[in-house]
Amino acid sequence: MKPAPFGYRRPSTVAEAVRELAADSGAKVLAGGQSLIPLLSMRLAAPSLLVDINEIPGLDAIEVDERGVRIGALARHAAVLADPDVRRVQPLVSLALANVAHATIRNRGTTVGSLVHADAAAEMPVVLLLTGGSVEVQGPSGRRTIAAPDLYVGPLESSLAHDEIAVAAFFPALAPGAGVAFSEIARRHGDYALVGAAALVTGRGQDETVRVGYLSAGDLPTVVDLTGVDETELGDAALAHLDPGDDIHATAAYRAQLVRVLTRRVVRAARAHAEGAER
Amino acid sequence: MSEELHPVRLTVNGVTHRVEVPARRLLSDALRHDVGLTGTHVGCEHGVCGACTVLVDGDPVRSCLMLAVSAADHEITTVEGLAAPDGTLSPVQQAFAECHGLQCGFCTPGFLTTITAGLRENPCPSHEQAREMIAGNLCRCTGYQNIVKAVERAAQIGASDKAAS
Ligand SMILES: Cc1cc2nc3c(=O)[nH]c(=O)nc-3n(C[C@H](O)[C@H](O)[C@H](O)COP(=O)(O)OP(=O)(O)OC[C@H]3O[C@@H](n4cnc5c(N)ncnc54)[C@H](O)[C@@H]3O)c2cc1C
Ligand code: FES
Ligand code: FES
Repeated sequence: MKPAPFGYRRPSTVAEAVRELAADSGAKVLAGGQSLIPLLSMRLAAPSLLVDINEIPGLDAIEVDERGVRIGALARHAAVLADPDVRRVQPLVSLALANVAHATIRNRGTTVGSLVHADAAAEMPVVLLLTGGSVEVQGPSGRRTIAAPDLYVGPLESSLAHDEIAVAAFFPALAPGAGVAFSEIARRHGDYALVGAAALVTGRGQDETVRVGYLSAGDLPTVVDLTGVDETELGDAALAHLDPGDDIHATAAYRAQLVRVLTRRVVRAARAHAEGAER
Repeated sequence: MSEELHPVRLTVNGVTHRVEVPARRLLSDALRHDVGLTGTHVGCEHGVCGACTVLVDGDPVRSCLMLAVSAADHEITTVEGLAAPDGTLSPVQQAFAECHGLQCGFCTPGFLTTITAGLRENPCPSHEQAREMIAGNLCRCTGYQNIVKAVERAAQIGASDKAAS
């Protein structure tokens, strides 16, 4: 199938792009197109106008300092994944990105596009939630920052207003002594996961906190606090907060079992990472 | 209502083509129908199969997931641009011929472009890396074993070409 007709603009500044969006309530942003164009071709979306942000200079920046990683709206997954500073300062971003689609898709898909697309099957929204990240957006009345928990409001629905563009995402740095891990089960490496899990462990002994984020285990990306839970109970404690569904790829019962297995796996790996990082 | 057409300059395999297309024209369709290069194949049209993969500024990209209007001012290489001007096969093409890397050939253009770029980035892949390189492409004839062999053979040909020059 082919997309239905739409208008097309290719602005050269963010302000101009925002004006185009504000002027047409049926307009949509086109970033990497790796999610949007399939929706157009299947006619699941039929915007009246596409505002292609790909030629706006400067939006592809990846800035890293000791506070964290700031990823511009046009930074492709591939560029973020290849950045050694990103890997050093917030390794969970790189660990998760290696599981986002195939290399060819990562050459065009953007990390910010993936965050605002708000797919509960996607890796990066969970990472944003778990690390306490945020998205910076620009609209007609200026810029604002949306913290990750306020970004995800429904299946495939983010809290951006129709005339707002996400200009960058921020992932805070991994704290000293903390550890992270990511793991997912997909039918083929690079395909959407049946279930995926990311863990963040901080502190030791009495002070330890354990949080795990899940993809494809409910309608929304979800983070569960598993601090103080016994190792044998981890999976069932997580499942109390999750709602894994049935589809053609897997049954709910199988997804629940994957939650149990992956939770144990990522918590153990994050603890090992924390210990290694402390040495 | 007639649809607005956009004049677009597409540079494909070093040749510039001026085409007039609606904004919704996919790059894959523009290459096949407007430019007349039918080597790029279209399978799934939603990014899963990889048959339509072309190089944009040297990187492999799904041409079914890019609009022709967005491709203006970028360098595109299709499977037709891989052989030398005199018809000499590229190392990857030669390796596919030697290793029986194609059966019906429908998926082949996407594999050839993907592997060409993959070997540029990693000229001597391990067996595992060779498999990973083609993991995003589907072959309905399931010729994967021979395609992986072709990746490894192409790396050998590339290395001996480099040693010879
Ligand atoms: C075969 C295939 C497999 C894939 N597998 C995975 C996978 O395993 N995991 C995964 O996470 N993703 C996967 N993806 C999706 C991929 O990661 C997408 O690139 C990503 O989800 C969307 O990014 P994009 O830049 O392509 O956005 P687009 O497709 O251009 O846009 C997606 C949506 O976000 C909006 N949008 C994009 N950028 C902005 C912005 N800056 N401001 C405001 N709105 C914006 C658009 O209007 C649109 O609604 C896959 C895609 C394909 C085709
Ligand atoms: S036709 Fe483009 S990926 Fe299948
Ligand atoms: S050779 Fe027939 S689809 Fe691959």
